[in-house]
Amino acid sequence: MRKVIMGNHAASHAVRLARAQVIAAYPITPQTQIVEELSEMCASGQLAAKFLKVESEHSAMASIIAASSTGVRTFTATSSQGLALMHELLHWASGARLPLVMVNVNRALAAGWNIWTEQTDSLAQRDTGWCQLYVEDNQEVLDTVLQAYRVAEQIALPVMVCYDAFILSHTYEPVDIPDQDRVDAFLPVFSPTRLLDPLNPCSFSALVQPEHYMEMRYRIQQSMDEAIGVFRTAGEELHRHFGRRYGNLETVATDDAEVVLVTAASMTGPARLAVRKLRAEGVPIGLLKVRLFRPFPTAEVRAALAGKKKAIIVDRNISFGKGGIFADEIRAAMSNVDERPKIFGYVAGLGGRDITPAFLEAIAREALEKEDPPELEMKL
Amino acid sequence: MMTRFREEEELMTSGHLACQGCGGPIAMRLALKALGEDTICVIPACCWTIISGPFPYSALKVPIMHTAFETAGAAASGVRAALDIQGRSHTKVLAWAGDGGTFDIGLQSLSGAAERNDDIIYICYDNEAYMNTGVQRSSATPDRAWTTTTPSGHPKRGPKKNIVEIMAAHKTPYVATASVAYPEDLMRKVRRAAETRGTTFVHVLSPCPPGWRIDSEASIRIARLATDSKVFPIYEVENGEKYQINVKPRDIPVAEYLKAQGRFNHLAAEDIAEIQRKIDHEWRRLMQKAMMDSYSGSHY
Ligand SMILES: Cc1ncc(C[n+]2csc(CCOP(=O)(O)OP(=O)(O)O)c2C)c(N)n1
Ligand SMILES: [Mg+2]
Repeated sequence: MRKVIMGNHAASHAVRLARAQVIAAYPITPQTQIVEELSEMCASGQLAAKFLKVESEHSAMASIIAASSTGVRTFTATSSQGLALMHELLHWASGARLPLVMVNVNRALAAGWNIWTEQTDSLAQRDTGWCQLYVEDNQEVLDTVLQAYRVAEQIALPVMVCYDAFILSHTYEPVDIPDQDRVDAFLPVFSPTRLLDPLNPCSFSALVQPEHYMEMRYRIQQSMDEAIGVFRTAGEELHRHFGRRYGNLETVATDDAEVVLVTAASMTGPARLAVRKLRAEGVPIGLLKVRLFRPFPTAEVRAALAGKKKAIIVDRNISFGKGGIFADEIRAAMSNVDERPKIFGYVAGLGGRDITPAFLEAIAREALEKEDPPELEMKL
Repeated sequence: MMTRFREEEELMTSGHLACQGCGGPIAMRLALKALGEDTICVIPACCWTIISGPFPYSALKVPIMHTAFETAGAAASGVRAALDIQGRSHTKVLAWAGDGGTFDIGLQSLSGAAERNDDIIYICYDNEAYMNTGVQRSSATPDRAWTTTTPSGHPKRGPKKNIVEIMAAHKTPYVATASVAYPEDLMRKVRRAAETRGTTFVHVLSPCPPGWRIDSEASIRIARLATDSKVFPIYEVENGEKYQINVKPRDIPVAEYLKAQGRFNHLAAEDIAEIQRKIDHEWRRLMQKAMMDSYSGSHY
């Protein structure tokens, strides 16, 4: 069924279709409609889930970690301050190898208060052992949440689906909401191999001494490496089931491009327009959308950018003292490639400042003209 | 006796961003009148984050430190410690939080401050839900009320958390309830809180027209009904021991209070009868406490 819905409702519908069994969440702008809609769905019986209306995000994450350990499919959603408050538990989730799925609506962090979009909140959770995807539109929100459950349960690691505050969360777009039986065919029933059960008494997350701890970390890293392929396959399966294709990356007109604009999340929309316009003028430019951020699809990024003259990366986030986080990841990924492009890193749109097609076009033109890139340029 | 408000004593300005009929700015205006200008205000996430005005403005003439949602108690303790070590002990520290920031996410840091008995004044303006984010339930939401996370088909079940008893159980030197419907009582209590050493706690009932689904001009009338129907008794507790009821309710049936608000529209007659029974029971318990002898020594 095709319906015009906001990004937050696209997430709620995906959670309903995934038949989540325990939900624990705490309201925060701009995520609240996810929680409100799921409350309604649980109250009306559309979704047979237990909804814990906890007293903080810290408790939300602690509760779904526990519920998942007890053998059920779970969900939570948050944003910004809430995600930051969860930080300790994020490590608990991945360390315990739990297939949690969470939506994070990207919002800038205090101080001072700001409710508008920026990706520093989730990118600051880069090293917690969660997979992360950044999505571009409301359809992709719904599809990616389904993909997230499938992959998380296959690799036994948690997945965070990230999308931009207001630009997606509160904006209405037509979204195809698949029927339950089609989703059931795509997403198998969750069947955990280990769970809290007195019939098979095990101790979870106990003290691990140095002779074992590193092996456990080694295996998380192995699963992360494996996850790149698992995400790719799940993206192809999404196409087979629902007719929509999602790679870990998406390239537009990069084959014959000399210069590539690199974006993530909703600014990819305006970037498509900017690239189309420049192409029409004969500028040899292409677009690379990075959808999967953790695990970082290094080989795919290398394949997309090797041999290009320039990569222009626009980050709606900042690691203070260094620069844009996507730019840095890409710089690192390309460092052992001989035919690597010059990396132009721009930080823009922090705290919800608009990123328009014209703005991206201007950045691209500037980078096209310059011989040598600045390490970082903040576009005020 | 009528209190006269003089312009030069106003520590809150016009141009704040509250909705019409919001209890929040009324409570703040009265509290600051009682505290005076030698006050530092700590505000966690709540409607007041917005009400005070965006950068570079402020609707208060006293300093404000905005802080994370769960931290009002700890942040106020930090300001207090820094003032004291600098010999600035005369300055009062006001933690100003909503019910969510007090009853739920901030309870741990409030309890920590109260147990240490740090010298702060903590005022919770209670509008009985998370209003900043659009009316989600909190543990201060009353039994059977509608919120967006407790839809009317499945309203909240269970009593509102009794924060006054929780604070009294810490043997906090001074704990009181107050209401925007009783400004003189509110100001007296805030003054009393400021004069008391250690942690003091004032729980202020603060109507929210959009969240309670009432007309904005009905706020004060409904706050008064809350007390007159014994839903929100006005009383104070010294050292967790000595209870005193400060406003004699007019014994109005709770139905009158509930029926005045859209958030209770879905209640059936049996619901109202049961709510009435619980209120009568709680009132009797409170009366008993008010009649008890109290321990006369200090806890500190
Ligand atoms: C850690 C964290 N979680 C969630 C939020 C979002 N948030 C901001 S204010 C608020 C509700 C505040 O409710 P309350 O304390 O009752 O104050 P009110 O808004 O009702 O005045 C919420 C959930 C936040 N800022 N920080
Ligand atoms: Mg509130």
